[in-house]
Amino acid sequence: MKYKGYTILAASLLASAGVTGNALAQNEQFVPANFYWVGPYAPGGSGFGGGIIDYMQMLNERDGGINGVKLTWEKCETEYNNARGVECYERSKKKGPTGATAIHPLSTGITYSLIEKATADKIPVISMGYGRTDASDGRVFPYIFPLITNYWSQNTAKIKFIGMKEGGMDKLKGKKIVNIYHDSAYGKETIPVLDVQAKKYGFEVTHIPVPHPGNEQQAQWLQVRQIKPDWVILRGWGVMNPTALKAAAKIGYPRTKIVGVWWSGAEEDVIPAGDAAKGYIAAGFNLPGADFPVMKDIQKFVYAKGKGEFEDKSRFGSIYHTRGVVAGIVTTEAIRTAQARFGKGKPITGEQMRWGLENLNISDARLKQLGAVGLMNALKVSCLDHEGGGAVKFLQWDGKKWNVISDWIQSDQSIVRPMIEASASQYAKEKNLTPRDCSREN
Amino acid sequence: MLYRESGQFKSTYAEDQQIFPIRQDRIAMAALLLVAFVAVPLLGDQYWLSAILTPFLVFALAALGLNILTGYAGQLSLGTAAFMAVGAFMAYNFVLRLPWLGILPSFVLAGLCAALVGVVFGLPSLRIKGFYLAVATLACQFFVLWAIQRWGWITNHSSSGVITAQKITLLGYPINTPATKYLLTLAIVAVLALAAKNLMRSETGRAFMAVRDMDVAASVIGIPMMKTKLLAFAISSFYCGVAGALYAYTYLGTVEPEAFTLDLSFRVLFMVIIGGVGSILGCFLGAAFITLFPIFLSIASKALETALGIEISHALVSNLESIIFGGLIIFFLIVEPNGLARLWQITKEKLRLWPFPH
Repeated sequence: MKYKGYTILAASLLASAGVTGNALAQNEQFVPANFYWVGPYAPGGSGFGGGIIDYMQMLNERDGGINGVKLTWEKCETEYNNARGVECYERSKKKGPTGATAIHPLSTGITYSLIEKATADKIPVISMGYGRTDASDGRVFPYIFPLITNYWSQNTAKIKFIGMKEGGMDKLKGKKIVNIYHDSAYGKETIPVLDVQAKKYGFEVTHIPVPHPGNEQQAQWLQVRQIKPDWVILRGWGVMNPTALKAAAKIGYPRTKIVGVWWSGAEEDVIPAGDAAKGYIAAGFNLPGADFPVMKDIQKFVYAKGKGEFEDKSRFGSIYHTRGVVAGIVTTEAIRTAQARFGKGKPITGEQMRWGLENLNISDARLKQLGAVGLMNALKVSCLDHEGGGAVKFLQWDGKKWNVISDWIQSDQSIVRPMIEASASQYAKEKNLTPRDCSREN
Repeated sequence: MLYRESGQFKSTYAEDQQIFPIRQDRIAMAALLLVAFVAVPLLGDQYWLSAILTPFLVFALAALGLNILTGYAGQLSLGTAAFMAVGAFMAYNFVLRLPWLGILPSFVLAGLCAALVGVVFGLPSLRIKGFYLAVATLACQFFVLWAIQRWGWITNHSSSGVITAQKITLLGYPINTPATKYLLTLAIVAVLALAAKNLMRSETGRAFMAVRDMDVAASVIGIPMMKTKLLAFAISSFYCGVAGALYAYTYLGTVEPEAFTLDLSFRVLFMVIIGGVGSILGCFLGAAFITLFPIFLSIASKALETALGIEISHALVSNLESIIFGGLIIFFLIVEPNGLARLWQITKEKLRLWPFPH
């Protein structure tokens, strides 16, 4: 009996070695789906992953892929854990006829771990709305794309929004803002940019960390009560968000004065808090909804055929779901751009995908064709600027759904860009890298 | 049949005391090392080298460190991850601030820093034992992470608290491919494992075991408690510290303090328990089980899906994997409470008698 266990183990190890080795030599484009379906962050991982897969499935069903190239994917469970994320990356990078096209790590920590590996392997990392902020400088980070809006840009837009609410940026002087953050790489990322803005606008900022996973926050909110801030910035993730809202309700802090980052602003973050979440404001680079033409197509070509990712249909059109759809649009449009240059109807390599991403231009006209007007803002990426968008909308939870309460608010690049370039050049110096000359890129 | 020791006579003390007294074992070990050092880097692909074998070796080293303390010296510790964190972050600082030092001395110094922290947090072991000591080492776990997150110097004032390991070279050779990283890890782990094996056969090791089995009796026969216990903490932390440095430099390449939470301490403790408390081989078996089995399960479930041509909900599969893994841990603990290493020992004893058991 004991020997049998070993034999099975050995046999299955051999079998798995065989599985990892095969690659299909067909007209296919492989996009890894390394997300997370278990653990405290599963709502985000499964929602985002569901969205990107649904969109690719829709393209396959409706158009037969991209110019005839079918999109394929394979799920790998990262558990939001760096070690597992790296393992999934290594497992998926050689799959498909041209290897992994681009990777969405969906975790700031995993993004950090992949920066050097992916750059060496020539596989673009798309860290859409998360990840290492200074990677927006494409000269130093050729393969890392913190697309749409990085954390620092988003943060300046948030301060702008608070300024608008106060009646002008000059009114911020002397105000008190508390930054409650998830004590991880993700949470800490905005501390320097907040400090710079505090100096510029004259407000006072206090940073209060909440240890992972954040289901105990009494001490932190007691501190908030002592400080009596004018605004609270909630930089939470997963189970930390509803806990924060409930704790705020307990000390009587008005939720209308709490502004969350987009990883704190989904249905999954507020519904568990119940009434305590009413009036809470969060940023977003995508809007929820099932009525966009692209969402209707997903309903018609995917869900009507029973191929959708969600068993729970109420999650269809939720914030995480549409965010995944936006990720799908960005990824497939970059593939399309790369195909237009390197050969239509042929699978592209990671290196060609990088060109596609750097020349990606999703204009308002293109958004209309895609049926995604209002779902996301226009996006134009370049070699110099790996971020491309930079605008944020603010949403408020009314107890049942998210309502848009602002227009697209542009970030303050006059603050962010110099900080990014300084930070990126320091990285380049530490690593002995020579930044690319973007005028020579074609 | 092949595994027979008849005809192997020992005529000197040295022969009688060698690590592998049976010739077949020596041949097998030599073959294993040859495969690990030569065949694997030549034949293994990137996935196997960087995602399977390197983490396995790193965690085996961490388990070895904990096993010296818990398995041999009998001091229960929950601070393993903290010692690894000290090793990882101090190695980063030595390479950053003293670049002329070279990589191996940096690793050794990082291990010594971890040893120092280990000695400081090992002091309570002089007065308290068992579960109470485990709680005392918990303090170390929280304090070290707190210090790393709050004290900017350690992370070189990185805004996110994440450090990226510098490029390393050894005697002029760049260590940048999965194969070279694997070889460096393997070499360090092999040397340290041999050192641990010999240490445990020496006077110090016997003193550790005497303290573990009954500390009152040990002190009566003249074993100094303070020196022995603190030495166990120091050596154990040194091993964990070097494992942490390898984790940063040859495995992930980036380190954030959150990687070294209590969760990791427990995982290493489970490796020791499942592999075999008080066994060097057990560390390797336990590390293999805990780090590789979840990966294997995930690959196998995928293969099964393809083979059967059905699609199961991924969330269900992911949760099932955790359930199966947990179930297997319980199964192994019931079948063999002394760990996988004991299973191996029983197998060996049976093999020596085969095919005529009495």
